Amino acid sequence: MDTPISGTPLVRLRTISKHFGEGDSRVDALVDVGIEVHPGQVVGLLGPSGSGKTTLLNVVGCIQEPSAGWMELDGDVVYDGRWLRSDLRRLRLEKIGFIFQFHNLLPFLDATENVAVALTLAGLDTAEAKSRAVELLEYLEVGHRRNAFPAVLSGGEAQRVAIARALANRPRIILADEPTAALDSQRAAIVMDLLRKVATEQRAAILAVTHDEKIFDRFDRIFHLRDGRLDDQT
Amino acid sequence: MNLALRDIRHKLGRFLLTCLGLSLLLGTALSMIGIYHGLVEDALTLVRAPGADVWVVESGTRGPFAESSRIPGDTREAIARLQGVTEAGSVTYQSIETEQRGVKLRFYVVGYEPGRPGGPDRLAAGRPSGRSHYEAIADVRSGLALDERVTLGRRAFTVVGLTDGQVSSGGDPVVYLTLLDSQELQFEQAPPAARRELARGAAPAGTDTVNAVLARVAPGVAADSVAESARRWKHLSAMTQAGQEEILTESVVERARKQIGLFTAILLVVSTVVISLILYTMTMDKIREIATLKLIGAPDRTIIGLILQQALAMGIAGFAFGAGLILAVKDYFPRRVVLHPEDGLMLGAAVIVVCVLASGLGVRLALKVEPAKALGG
Repeated sequence: MDTPISGTPLVRLRTISKHFGEGDSRVDALVDVGIEVHPGQVVGLLGPSGSGKTTLLNVVGCIQEPSAGWMELDGDVVYDGRWLRSDLRRLRLEKIGFIFQFHNLLPFLDATENVAVALTLAGLDTAEAKSRAVELLEYLEVGHRRNAFPAVLSGGEAQRVAIARALANRPRIILADEPTAALDSQRAAIVMDLLRKVATEQRAAILAVTHDEKIFDRFDRIFHLRDGRLDDQT
Repeated sequence: MNLALRDIRHKLGRFLLTCLGLSLLLGTALSMIGIYHGLVEDALTLVRAPGADVWVVESGTRGPFAESSRIPGDTREAIARLQGVTEAGSVTYQSIETEQRGVKLRFYVVGYEPGRPGGPDRLAAGRPSGRSHYEAIADVRSGLALDERVTLGRRAFTVVGLTDGQVSSGGDPVVYLTLLDSQELQFEQAPPAARRELARGAAPAGTDTVNAVLARVAPGVAADSVAESARRWKHLSAMTQAGQEEILTESVVERARKQIGLFTAILLVVSTVVISLILYTMTMDKIREIATLKLIGAPDRTIIGLILQQALAMGIAGFAFGAGLILAVKDYFPRRVVLHPEDGLMLGAAVIVVCVLASGLGVRLALKVEPAKALGG
């Protein structure tokens, strides 16, 4: 599936490296990685276990500081040998949406509140946040489960609620960690269709780590990582 | 949106059970404070009941509660004649055990002269003693009823009146007898002992001995000066009402007070440790949720608020349950439990401080949680 590349890349990494430990115990998790993800693109990140996929996602999500390199997110240079912004949580709140393998919904909030919590963190009042949350749940075709708690949602429903939460603050960048790993092929297809819809309609860049072969054909580009290095791209 | 309340609502059963456990701990701490106040109040009730201004006891003693005191029965006339004294009365105090309806009972017997200082200040039921022998006025805590007969020593007494809340510093309910009866009870020898004394040529032992003489002074007369006058008799010692109360609170119940105070402090420390562990465990259970919140951009104050609010909710609910529980059952305690509103406020404030301190461990753990923990399987 090809989406025409247009506009400035929302994610731009140059020679990003990340190592853990020093000396004999040093492990190079990422070595000179450079990628670009444009608005509207759904990009896959593939590689065997320990190849550095999750580390790369953590770096792009501003969760882990790279050891070296340069990184730009949505037009802002955020890393150039050091973090250039002190409020990384705020940056994540405003610019990045996260989708997890096991949805990670807060078990004590219902579907609406799980989405609304991201909006209240951004400063919306509770009533407005809930109203917007319901809109998002309807958009992701899970509005009928708005009052259900995560424990009673099916895997597919929970993942759609999680996507709604990731989209709540209209982020331009969405990072997904194995978003379909816990779903059967039918539900995995629905989730990928939703991500595609979000990427297209909201001009967002989606970077997804996956092992799930059944969704390989849903990506515009796929980066292969091996031992922390970009092997090739397809 | 209050995350702490949502989490509590989600695990309400577990939260309530935790609060119940905590409430028992805090209720025990509160009851300790109440028992201490009860101890002091019990001790003072007996001292305050006669409404005396001066206590005259045996020289060199701080009797009759702190130490044994015996003075001649005619001391009362001498004290009554002191300048400034309006009335005086002889009293005896002794602990006694008896069996009633097959149950062992322990009383604190006060002997007094009806119409003179030393008797009960007011009756809850019945009438004052109208005869000089074999009538008793018992406290309701003794379990005795009006017109019930009770055997004390070798004689039976009829309960003609009831007092309410008169117990000794040891918690034994008070039974008032006339002075003559109480002197016989305390000082009369058993017949075999008396026969033995007579056989060896000793004079018959008298019973006209009392433990103390209580005096009331005229308005405007300083009790100190009367006590000073009484002390001129070398065989007597005297103290004011305030002095007697001080002896009781600072001497007789001091050790119990320290013991209870220490125990209360230990309970508060235990409560702090328990709350800390509960909060730590609750936080451990929420590591993934906390990591997710951090990942989606929640500031530290949201995370701290979540833990601190739950700590306070748990502490306040636990304290409220505990206080309610103790208020409901305090009258069933064998010793009097006296709770003052300020005790509740003080313990409540201590609980809030404890909760804030205890939440530190959970907060520390939560702040160390890496947002990356939310990613991965």
